[in-house]
Amino acid sequence: MNYVENILSHASGRKSVSAGEYIEARCDTVLMNDVTGPLAVKEFLKRGKKIKNPGSVVIVCDHFTPNKDIKSAENVKFLRDFARKQKIRFFEIGNGGVEHVILPEKGIVKPGDVVIGADSHTCTYGALGAFSTGVGSTDVAFAMLMGKIWFMVPEVMEFVYSGKKGKFITGKDLILLTIGKIGVNGANYKAMKFAGTVISALSMDERFTMCNMAIEAGGKAGFVVPDKKTADYVKGRPGRKARNFADGPSAQTFKMDISAVKPLVASPHLPDKVGPAARLNKVKIDQAVIGSCTNGRISDFAQAAKIMKGRKISAGLRCIILPGSQEVYAEAMKKGYIETFLKAGCVIAPPTCGPCLGGHMGILAGGETAISTTNRNFVGRMGAVSSRVYLASPYTAAASAVRGRIISPEQL
Amino acid sequence: MKNIIKGNAYVVGDSVDTDVIIPARFLTSDNADELAAHCMEDLDKDFSKKVKKGDIIVAGDNFGCGSSREHAPIAIKASGISAVIAKSFARIFLRNCINIGLMVFVCDMKKDARAGDEITIDMRKGEIINARAKKIYKVKPVPEFIKKIVSFGGLLNYAVQRGR
Ligand code: SF4
Repeated sequence: MNYVENILSHASGRKSVSAGEYIEARCDTVLMNDVTGPLAVKEFLKRGKKIKNPGSVVIVCDHFTPNKDIKSAENVKFLRDFARKQKIRFFEIGNGGVEHVILPEKGIVKPGDVVIGADSHTCTYGALGAFSTGVGSTDVAFAMLMGKIWFMVPEVMEFVYSGKKGKFITGKDLILLTIGKIGVNGANYKAMKFAGTVISALSMDERFTMCNMAIEAGGKAGFVVPDKKTADYVKGRPGRKARNFADGPSAQTFKMDISAVKPLVASPHLPDKVGPAARLNKVKIDQAVIGSCTNGRISDFAQAAKIMKGRKISAGLRCIILPGSQEVYAEAMKKGYIETFLKAGCVIAPPTCGPCLGGHMGILAGGETAISTTNRNFVGRMGAVSSRVYLASPYTAAASAVRGRIISPEQL
Repeated sequence: MKNIIKGNAYVVGDSVDTDVIIPARFLTSDNADELAAHCMEDLDKDFSKKVKKGDIIVAGDNFGCGSSREHAPIAIKASGISAVIAKSFARIFLRNCINIGLMVFVCDMKKDARAGDEITIDMRKGEIINARAKKIYKVKPVPEFIKKIVSFGGLLNYAVQRGR
């Protein structure tokens, strides 16, 4: 059995499972947010009174928070009251941030865990070696009632990266490269395993970025088999101990030498329309967004600050910085990144999803163009139907913000 | 459960994502009728006016990709759409459809389909007929486990009737 099959056989109490089988598995963590939570809770309350395993359930309000209007405030209030009654963990603005940034930070997800979340980017936690996947609100209601969930055991599609990473090449570039190669449904139903010497050397933050975007290739999950870096990340954080599982062969393997890869950008309106940033120099941008569950961690801001230090963003452009959590925000202040961004002319938003999903705090007007470190560039994702979003790394987004056009950080 | 679904085709392309099925600006509500009023708005602003009860969406690859918002299949169902047929579905969307009881069929028939074609889905035979195109297609069989959930009328009914 491979890593995923080992986790799922343990979680389903079976001796062995294999790809294609339908199983019911225990969930260590069940996540919902202010968009998917109200629906899940309403469905739950039609059929149950008490959550089967309250310790597993987590609510993070991040999409429309700090609440953008009365309806979103009512939704959060509804969830807050539910959380109090059920005695489950609830992350309020002020102690939280974007769900997929804070769960690992707070020690809620550990290697070997099974995690479901009513949010498609729940696949992020695969970076910790969890089996972690996005589901819908009804699935979360079911998990609250039953303490478990059904899965089809996925096949593993392995990506092995070798070679020497070029200057300014980040986890974001590697995942864009991969999505560009296999397409937006290239990994549909599969678990994407990221491996090879390049991944071993990659920081945890960048592993989170890569696993985060597994869903953009249709992946059910993305994961990195835990190593010393994973253990170091987990050390000192509260919560459960890590569970160790062995790995085995994958159904498919793709090998990539990344030595020649240059900073990449995904053009509108699909994340697989990937090409070199340096070929998009004609694209003028109105807004840059740096943050989100994809690239809202401390090393992402370190990269952006490195570019912006002593520089100013282009006149007439807006640059929005979205720290992924309170912890990241505090760290970015301490390291002087926030000051760098302020001096460069950026605006600092609170930890929120905000513009990433066209929610609030940076919506695009008709015909406007943004470069963003987020994960989706669908039609209307950040605002008006005629607006356009280009996806890139923090280096590339920051360099483009300085120039006012899309450029590769090498061109600055 | 009925064995025959009949309706007129509403044809869309590949990778229709949940952001265009129901844009985030409407996600402060989970009321089915409110969601239906804005269904597919960013792809076709007249969708909610055009669509008639019983219509069938016929799509290409990767239908429903993107966000896990269950608001997307809820909006489609509440618009009166009786079934979605696609060459392939994105995983979370498919799961959500099964869970809420929106009928979905995996079948590669978009290439010959035109808007308004009369489509007949025969579930017993596992066939879909496009009368105008004079074509009969086989539906990809549904796994037993999924059939069980659907036969209970969705995931939560399955949970309750199984006696938790
Ligand atoms: S930051 Fe964007 S992609 Fe991540 S959870 Fe929030 S809305 Fe979703």
